[in-house]
Amino acid sequence: MNTYNATITITLRKGILDVQGKTVEHALHATDFPMISHLRIGKFVELTVEAETMESAHTLLEGACLKLITNPIMEDFSISIHEPKAEQV
Amino acid sequence: MKYGIVRFPGSNCDHDAFTAASQSGSAVYLWHKDTQIPKGIDCIILPGGFSYGDYLRCGAIARFSPIMREVVTFAGNGGLAIGICNGFQILTEAGLLPGVLLRNSGLNFVCRDVFLNVANASTPFTSSFVQNQIIKIPVAHGDGNYYADAETISKLETNNQVVFRYCNSEGQLTEDANPNGSINNIAGVINERGNVLGMMPHPERYADSLLGCTDGRGVFESLELFGLSNSTKTVESISY
Repeated sequence: MNTYNATITITLRKGILDVQGKTVEHALHATDFPMISHLRIGKFVELTVEAETMESAHTLLEGACLKLITNPIMEDFSISIHEPKAEQV
Repeated sequence: MKYGIVRFPGSNCDHDAFTAASQSGSAVYLWHKDTQIPKGIDCIILPGGFSYGDYLRCGAIARFSPIMREVVTFAGNGGLAIGICNGFQILTEAGLLPGVLLRNSGLNFVCRDVFLNVANASTPFTSSFVQNQIIKIPVAHGDGNYYADAETISKLETNNQVVFRYCNSEGQLTEDANPNGSINNIAGVINERGNVLGMMPHPERYADSLLGCTDGRGVFESLELFGLSNSTKTVESISY
């Protein structure tokens, strides 16, 4: 069994107006950053997970995202899994 | 009618709901860790508040409380359930009602009286109102922006499942009258079967003349009428 570090990035689904993102984008345009666009604000989850392989860790986290961590009606998510931080035999 | 009012950690409208429900019926509190709904309960109320601190998403943690398994079964058997504000958010997270409540479009917590159009006065929760009656009810929420995909909204509209809409004092469904950006000014929806209602405004806060308005009392009076005319106090199916 391996222990993987993982991060999950959650954003509002495409097509849902991200009011917070738009407000920040407008504020940037009003300062010195008119070149920044398509700004979206979301959530960031950091965790560790015990799994046999990276693939099984991904499957497990996908299930957790669909069940609790995100609401698929309004949110998209992406999972990023990193190499095991320790391996136990 | 006998009401069961569910208390989650962070519920803060449970007392108001208890008082409003007790005016015409009787009420007991249920604890979120309860694993059964006592016999004799006719209607479950999920009150407003900030269950579990609104962590992750409003209602996301509460929906996994032991009592919610029982509420899902209760509603599946045709039992009546109403979710108010945070209770509405919990019902959508639990899948008992379609859609979600997004952050208010203005990004502010909105706490004020609003006018509502009673868009469907043929439900167990609204039969004491007149169709398209304009009522005044308070809202107090940061995440009340009702959203569902176009297909779901179309189905809700076709089935008359939109029960309340935000309007101005003349009953017009204007953008200004919409406090949170909800699609089609939706303030409350009912499930297809007609036994589960969710609404962001707080009828329990305007159910006593001491508070200056009794427009919200109609919800509880409607439920009493339903109880008197329906011996099982459950809903088999309703066509509006």
